Amino acid sequence: MAEENAIDDPIPAGPERLVLSDSGLSLSAVTVAQAEPVGEEPSPLRAFWSAFSENRGAVLGLAIVVFIALLAVFAPWVAPHSPTEQFRQSVLLPPVWAGGNWSFPFGTDAVGRDVLSRLIYGARISLGIGLSVMVVSVAVGIVLGLAAAFLRGAVEVVVMRIMDVVVAIPSLVLAILVVAVLGPSLVNTIVAVTVVYLPRYVRLVRAAAIAELSKEYVVAAQVAGVGKLRLMFVTVLPNCLAPLIVQAALGISDAILEAAALGFLGLGAQPPTPEWGAMLADAREFIRSAPWIVTLPGLAILVTVVAINLMGDGLRDALDPKLRRS
Amino acid sequence: MLKLIFRRVALTLPTFVALMFVTFVAVRMVPGDPIEARTGERGIAPERLAALRHDLGLDQPVWKQFLDYAYGLLHGDFGVSIVTKTPVLHEFLILFPATLELALCALVFAIVLGIPAGVLAAVKRGSVLDHSVMTVALAGYSMPIFWWGLLLIMFVSEYLGLTPVSGRMDLINYYFEPVTGFMLIDSLLSGQEGAFGAAVAHLILPSIVLGTIPLAVIARMTRSSMLEVLGEDYVRTARAKGLSPLRVVGLHALRNALIPVVTVVGLQTGTLLAGAVLTETIFAWPGVGKWLIESISRRDYPALQGGIMLISAIVILVNLIVDMLYVAINPRIRHG
Repeated sequence: MAEENAIDDPIPAGPERLVLSDSGLSLSAVTVAQAEPVGEEPSPLRAFWSAFSENRGAVLGLAIVVFIALLAVFAPWVAPHSPTEQFRQSVLLPPVWAGGNWSFPFGTDAVGRDVLSRLIYGARISLGIGLSVMVVSVAVGIVLGLAAAFLRGAVEVVVMRIMDVVVAIPSLVLAILVVAVLGPSLVNTIVAVTVVYLPRYVRLVRAAAIAELSKEYVVAAQVAGVGKLRLMFVTVLPNCLAPLIVQAALGISDAILEAAALGFLGLGAQPPTPEWGAMLADAREFIRSAPWIVTLPGLAILVTVVAINLMGDGLRDALDPKLRRS
Repeated sequence: MLKLIFRRVALTLPTFVALMFVTFVAVRMVPGDPIEARTGERGIAPERLAALRHDLGLDQPVWKQFLDYAYGLLHGDFGVSIVTKTPVLHEFLILFPATLELALCALVFAIVLGIPAGVLAAVKRGSVLDHSVMTVALAGYSMPIFWWGLLLIMFVSEYLGLTPVSGRMDLINYYFEPVTGFMLIDSLLSGQEGAFGAAVAHLILPSIVLGTIPLAVIARMTRSSMLEVLGEDYVRTARAKGLSPLRVVGLHALRNALIPVVTVVGLQTGTLLAGAVLTETIFAWPGVGKWLIESISRRDYPALQGGIMLISAIVILVNLIVDMLYVAINPRIRHG
């Protein structure tokens, strides 16, 4: 059965995810926990937070993610201008630190739009894409993964082979194909990226569910006469959640990167939507004359993705001790 | 062992069939007619339109088109590009060396930097060096590489003036017929002075951009795999025997630590080919990634279909080879 495992690796499409983590810190968490007097168990949430907060990087990541999320939610109140308003008298204005003025702190782009405002509104789009992709692919992944694990037979073969095909096509190429079929737009970006990242959730859920199915509590539930659907979603699913949550968190950052790449190729959100990737594409011709409109959107993508990844690594260390390495 | 290989190969066959079906259906669903995309606003006489549709097989029922397509694929016929009128396979093979050269250079860059960085980080665990490597790796795999490419062009090419901005070769100063399709080799074969240097200069930035994510992945994988191995009993024994630290790490530990790294390197094929689309677009690199993007805007169905099919086939085959290699170098699986 070795090759079976090799193909349906529980953590597919990103072996790097297995590894990450800086666990000198989390090791001390274990020692502290053991040293505490036995008696009252801390609540699961508290235990989780104490494990999570041991990892300083994860807390920093969480803080940045919360900050960006707040900016996104309150964009209309925070942003100094409208993201699409064109100030024709101040085109390609440099940012404050390069001799610009405070009415446009990060400067303006080629048609006089405020870069800072576009970045803030862009957070809405990128986080929105990341979250939508995550929610949809987790939901579909759970249904398909559980169906494959419980029904086995033809259903499993069909689902898993389709996932194999999806994995075989390089992510961006597949996303491009999907967008080419559906036409470029924000919604289709979400569809395309969801298709690309679906297999990792399906494989993860299926592998975890199959592992759980052989355990005695499942047999006990079956003997007790629990219905199939209840068995799938109420008995087994909660026990597969930890790795799924970790994968979902890290999946948000991958989705943001992929969507930005589509935007950059002109296949994502269409103008004048202030999408970070599309902003970079517009800025390409100003590499020489206006470096800030090239630098800032990319920096926004990088900071957001790094923060989510830091948070995801911390989540993994806290939730899923099995995956913790070194 | 043989049985294992056989089963693994057999399992990829349905994947290929499904891949054929998926590319066929998806490309058929792309909106817009390839003939309209070519004639544009000028319009076309109805009889000429019918003749063109017949030539391209577009007047056939869809199931017939699929069977023709599948039959052709099995005979090495990946269709004929609607735009250039050359066979897709031929076009692909002309462009693929450019992508392969770039991808290999990127991979070499990632391995040469990534493995030593990972080993050093593991050996000096918890040190400033370890933290720096891990921080850089975090930034690396979080990197939007299209932005990274623009930054490098901005700084290295425009500001410092060190490398060319785009393309594979300085076409004004050098010209030679492609022999192998690999610019590094062809420039040497041409015997023109400076040509090889120009080829290298053109490769540097694209390789760095494309190699960044694999570099981060390889460094992290090497570090964690090395940490695991360094805690093993046989490493302690080797140390206790009084072997030099270099020998313990370099010979005893590294050999075992690299086993999972080989798999990770192999799995980068998909990442490299996906990244090539972006890298080639930024650096105007005439490879299959850029060609694929252009095929979409030209509505070149056969090129898109054949291109995706060929790229995916490469990924499937490389993954298959990596699986075998993993079995071959890991005695625990081979004898288990």
